[in-house]
Parts: sequence; C-alpha cells; structure tokens
Amino acid sequence: MPHATVAPVQDAILPILQRYDRDPQNLLQILVEVQHALHCVPPEAVDLVADHLGATRAHVRGVVGFYAFLSDQYLGDFVIHLSDNITDRMLGNRELAEYLCSRLGVKLGKVRADGRVSVNFTSCTGMCDQGPAALVNGLPVTRLSRERIDRMVELITARTPVSAWPTEFFEVEDNFRRSDVLFRRPFEPGSAIQAAMLRGGDETLKDIQLEEALDPASGKLWKRGADETLKELYRSDLRGRGGAGFKAAIKWETCRDTAGGERYVVCNADEGEPGTFKDRVLLTSYADMVFEGMTVCGYVVGSGQGILYIRQEYWYLKPHLEAVLARRREAGLLGSNILGTGYAFDIDLHWGAGAYICGMESAMIESIEGRRGKPRKRWPLPVVAGVRKCPTVVNNVETFAAAGMIALKGGAWFAAHGTMHSTGTKLFCVSGDCERPGIYEYPFGVSVREILRDCGGSSAQAVQVSGPSGTTITRSEFDRVLAFEDLATVGTMMVLGPKRDMFELVENFSHFFQHESCGLCTPCRVGTSLLVNLVDKVACGKGSPMDLEEIQKLSHIMKTTAHCGLGQTAPNHLLDSLLKFRTVWDARMMTTEFEPAFDLDEALEEARQLSGRDDAEAHL
Amino acid sequence: MASKLKVATCSLAGCFGCHMSLLDIDERLLDLLEVVEFDRSPINDLKRIEGMVDLGLIEGGLCNAENVHVLRHFREHCRILVSVGECAVTGGVPSMRNHYTLRECLDEAYIRGVGVENAQIPSDPELPLLLDKLRPLHEVVRIDYYLPGCPPSAEAFWHFLTELIAGRDPSLPLQLLRYD
Repeated sequence: MPHATVAPVQDAILPILQRYDRDPQNLLQILVEVQHALHCVPPEAVDLVADHLGATRAHVRGVVGFYAFLSDQYLGDFVIHLSDNITDRMLGNRELAEYLCSRLGVKLGKVRADGRVSVNFTSCTGMCDQGPAALVNGLPVTRLSRERIDRMVELITARTPVSAWPTEFFEVEDNFRRSDVLFRRPFEPGSAIQAAMLRGGDETLKDIQLEEALDPASGKLWKRGADETLKELYRSDLRGRGGAGFKAAIKWETCRDTAGGERYVVCNADEGEPGTFKDRVLLTSYADMVFEGMTVCGYVVGSGQGILYIRQEYWYLKPHLEAVLARRREAGLLGSNILGTGYAFDIDLHWGAGAYICGMESAMIESIEGRRGKPRKRWPLPVVAGVRKCPTVVNNVETFAAAGMIALKGGAWFAAHGTMHSTGTKLFCVSGDCERPGIYEYPFGVSVREILRDCGGSSAQAVQVSGPSGTTITRSEFDRVLAFEDLATVGTMMVLGPKRDMFELVENFSHFFQHESCGLCTPCRVGTSLLVNLVDKVACGKGSPMDLEEIQKLSHIMKTTAHCGLGQTAPNHLLDSLLKFRTVWDARMMTTEFEPAFDLDEALEEARQLSGRDDAEAHL
Repeated sequence: MASKLKVATCSLAGCFGCHMSLLDIDERLLDLLEVVEFDRSPINDLKRIEGMVDLGLIEGGLCNAENVHVLRHFREHCRILVSVGECAVTGGVPSMRNHYTLRECLDEAYIRGVGVENAQIPSDPELPLLLDKLRPLHEVVRIDYYLPGCPPSAEAFWHFLTELIAGRDPSLPLQLLRYD
C-alpha cells in the first residue's frame, strides 16, 4: 500500500545500501533504515537487498521476521506502538489503547483501511517513570492521557507529519533523583583516557606533555598505562552492571591475552528488561562517560573498534549520540590519533530492531553481524571469539561508565563504596506505585526499604526486583539488600502498591516471555507458550490445582534445560508468585477437578453449522 | 491368589497401531494375563466398563464428540489413566488438520474431493460431530501417565506395565525413549 509521501522502493533503498557498503554484516542496519523510510520492508525491498548483498531472500526475510520493529506489511503513514509493560498497565494503558483505537477507527494490530495509521502493543519502551508511553513512527511519546490522545488523533487526521507535532509530546525526562559518587559531578571529556594513559608513570611524567610521554616509539610507557589501568580495574573489583555481575577486569584481561587480530569493545545498550531505563538516562546525559569507558577498554585490551548496540526504542537518541561522537572525534578523543598518541579507536552505533533476546551477549553479536538474534553455543565465550570471531569485550552501559571513572579516580576509590563483594554504586530504575519514579544512585548494599522510603513507595505490598526475570519481594523481605550477596539486580525496581492485583503481574510477564522467546530451543519456545496457556486458563476461572502443579513442573524443566538465560529465568516470576502470593491464585480456583481450558460445546459449533444439526447428540 | 488388576483399553482418533504394539509383547501376554484381567477393550470387544478398573490405556486423540464421551467414561471408571502413543499425547497425525478450518477439511473430503458423487457434508444424527480442532487427551481430562512413541514399542509397554503393576515408578529408561 504505497503512500504519496513514501519514495519508490528503489529510490529509497539504493542510497541506504550505498551507505552501508553493501556489506551483508550490515543487513540489520540496512533493514532498520528501510523500515524507517518505507514503514515496512516490502517483498521488492527484500529482493533488492538480497541481490545487492549477495544474500538469499530466505535469509533477508528471516531477519525481517525475527525483529519486532521490522514488518513485511505496510504499517501505515503513522505507526503507533504502545508500550505494554506492567508499569504502563498500572497507569491505564489498556484503557487508553481502547480509546485511541476507537477514536482512530482502527482495530488493534491492523492497519486502517485507508493506510493512514496502525496501533500495536510492544514490549516495554523504557519510559516506565513517565508512562504510559508509546512510539509514534519510532519516536517516544510519554505521559499519554486522553487529552494527549485527542491531540494525536487530530494531528493524524490532518496528516501533520510527526516532525511538526508539539515538542512537549516527545519530552523525555531524566528524572535523576539521587546521585552518589559516580554521577554527582559532570564528567570532563578526555579526563579518564588521559588518566589511563598516564597511569603508572613516575612523578616527573606529570610535568611533561602527554604527547611526549606517550610517544609510541617508546612503547614501554604506552603499555604501562594500559597495564596499570587494568590493575586499577582489578583493585576496584568492578562487577558487570547488566545483572550477571561478572568481574570486568577478568573479562578485559582475557580479551587482551587471547591471541587474535582485531578485538572489539561492545557496549550493551539493548536494555530490554522491562522496567529498566538507566541506560537511556546515561546515554542522554552521560554519553561522554560511557564512550570514554569504552575507549579506555579499547586502550587496555588493544582494540581499535567499539560498537554501541542500542535498542530501537531509543532511535530518538540517534542525532544526540552521533553529535557526541562527532564532537569527541573533533576533540581528539576518538579516531586515528587519540590525544596525539597514535592510538586509534572509534565507535559505531548499531541499532537493534525490537528483540529482548539481543540483550543476551551472544545473541547481540549475531545481531551485530546482521543475523537473527539467536544465542550462540555457550563456548567459546565472546571474550575469546565474539564479533567476527575476534576477542570481544561485551559490557553494560553502566559498567563502561563506572570503568571510565575508575580509570580516572583509581580502583581503591571505587572499592571504598558498596559492600565486600559488590563494590561501588549502582543505578536503580524505580517505577510503578511510588511518588517519585526515576533513577536513583546508591552504593551497593542499600536495602529495598530505604529505596522505597526515598521514592515514596513505602506502602508497597511487593517490589519486582531486576525485572520479570528477577525476583518478587514481599513486605517481609524489604530489609533485604541490593547486592550480589543477596539480591543481584540489573537495577530495576517496579513497585507494586497495596491495591494491586498481583495476578496481573504474572499475566503481563508470562505473555512478555512468550513473545520474546527466540524460538531456538524447545524448552523455552514451547515452555513459554504452555505457561501462558496455563496462566490464561487460571485467569478465566478454569484452573485447578493440577494446573498449578503443571506450572511448577514446566518451570523446573525450563530452568534446567533452556539454552540461555531467557528461558532459564522466564518462570521465576511464576514460582515467586505461587510461593508468595498463593492467595491470588487460589481466589481464581473455581474447581478442584481438572477442567479443559476451552469450551467443548463451542468446539462443536462449526460442525453443527456445517451439518445443520442441533439434536442432543450434537452437544457436549 | 490376589485378585487380578483390571485393565481397560480403547482407541480414539488413532490407528490401532498402539494396540498392535501391545500385542507385540507376544507370549509375555500370557504372563500379563496371570496378573491382569481385561475389562472393556478391543481385545475382548466389551463396549462399556462396569464398575471401576485399576488401569485405563487410551490410544488416539479426540476428534469428535463420541471420543470425548468415551474419554470421560474412562476417566470416571479408571483409577489410573494413561495417555498412550503420539496421537493421545500430542494429537499426532490426525492433528495435521488443525492447520485448516473444519469447513476446509470437510469441503476437501465431501464436496471437492476426487470422485465425490452427490456432494454433501454428512449430517446423519448417528455420526458423531467433529470437534473444530483435534485435541490431545490431557487438554480435556486429567491424565496420570504418558506412554510416548508412535507406537510405543512392545518393550516400552512391557516395561511400563510390569513396573506399574509392581507398584514402582514406571518411567521409561532412555533406550526405550530413543526412536532413531
């Protein structure tokens, strides 16, 4: 369904192919741009891209089919994706969705007959502290309300291009509510690289020019800075901020010491865990710190190429990030001659296209190489054979930001904060039923209770820590502490107020995992669907204790046999809920005997119509 | 002598291949009959279960209303109910029709099919109505055990039955779950 404002397919695609060197590894980047240009990847685009890249059509279609934001159908001149995290639901997004659809005269999930507009749900867009949120033609609209929707409908009816919509629709707040030692002061670009390169030099070096000190001809000194910086990283005991908590120094050293040509530094900004939005804030207001941490990492491990893999939901940050990168190149902080030392390092942006699984590092690397984001086999680890089979460091956005500060201020400074096994500070993304949702920086070891007090959520009946894949904490556990010793977390804290029906949480989360399972392994692909069937069965009052047993059995199979963390953690919320909120399940149990999830008599309706029968035997 | 265990069997939307495989335990059938007695089963052609039986074995999935009645009858009268074979456990070959609507299936068979004369969709009240989708057994009643395979081998039947009769966990060892 071509539209007047959309250029003919060929005219739109050829320049994109040109820009990406017709490199098959850039397939996903090409398709993302095609989707933005045409609001779909039509069959003729698939043919064209396949021809020019020397790829098969099946491969290209396979990639289009994998990612949620790529579509082979035209999605309309205005493409609306409504964020459907539990926090959006708590703010009434379902009711707003109905209102929006009725105002537009569009059916959810379908393009309006005139091709003007479509409305769909999507997984969390990372605006949980300012929802309900949506993406309109890829740009985030926050704080949806009936009034805002009324205005949007008018603008769509008048065919006003999104670029001319009121800017306040697209305002995204940082909501940085509490800062501690890492983010208290603005970061001076270049300071961490300089500190890293000079580290370990004796007193006399402080007075001479950096260029001189780091003259690559001397060799020794150059390496000393890298080695000493790695030692500082060891001293800091920095653990990965993506949730798993692997020690960054071990990863960096392994990468450095693995034989291989090129090395890669990948920053994981996929941030798909519903309820998480710290990377968005860091890349908005601390992008220099993040890029600097990546550059220091490149310096330490001997890499010339960094990649920021960022989720499609943050496409609106593209101009900003490109500007920061350009400024850093101009300032000699990126490029072929960093700080005049001859050290070369640059950073490319790589856009995701809507796939939670791509937050898993080997799936992300597949995606970087232009394929479907399916996790690789566990071994070899990416640090040995990652991007293009080269040694690769993959760290979270926040990890790189912290590493940059450690390069600047030293490991002992960092390790003085936090707990014995969880040094430093951590960003927490607080959303849900509290007065002040937003970003909070605390030293590790802070209790759930303290955060709830600070954010104005003390009346909570529960907190979902670390997103749907994490842990549900009840009131009696609020004194537990956030640290790898107790509650490990990516930083997500979704607060559930005293009136919330906790069953809504499991409905939301189980559907989320079903949607986001990549389909590679059977325990996850089939397991997540079976769990949804069982949850839905209980939701409609047909559940029995046998179904709850089945949920537990399936959960056990998934936790022990799924290929990657997605399937292994997908049942966590159900097991927590069955253990800690059993009453919300029992309240939905209408029977102790097993009942079918579907209506048997209804299952005969089609046959009744076809045969024209309605006798007693024609019913069940 | 202790009283024999009562066993009932039936085939719903299946091919009787599972029953044939049960018979493949050959002369061990005589040993089995020392300890069990068949109630309703195609083996003796009884049509109803009288009273309660200890064990029910059901082959085949649910394709029509009659299948549902038989399954419910078994559930009510069997202390232990076993879903036997691919079709009972997952729907199997008959469930390939689930990719189509019932109308498409019946059109293909009775309206547009090759060699069809006097094309019409059957509506005789004697015929059980078809369900819109074929269903495996466990979607309609509680099932106690699953005996997989297409068909489960004679060895799998023998192992399952002897272990269960002996009061042990009838889980199949790996070699009886390998089909390649």
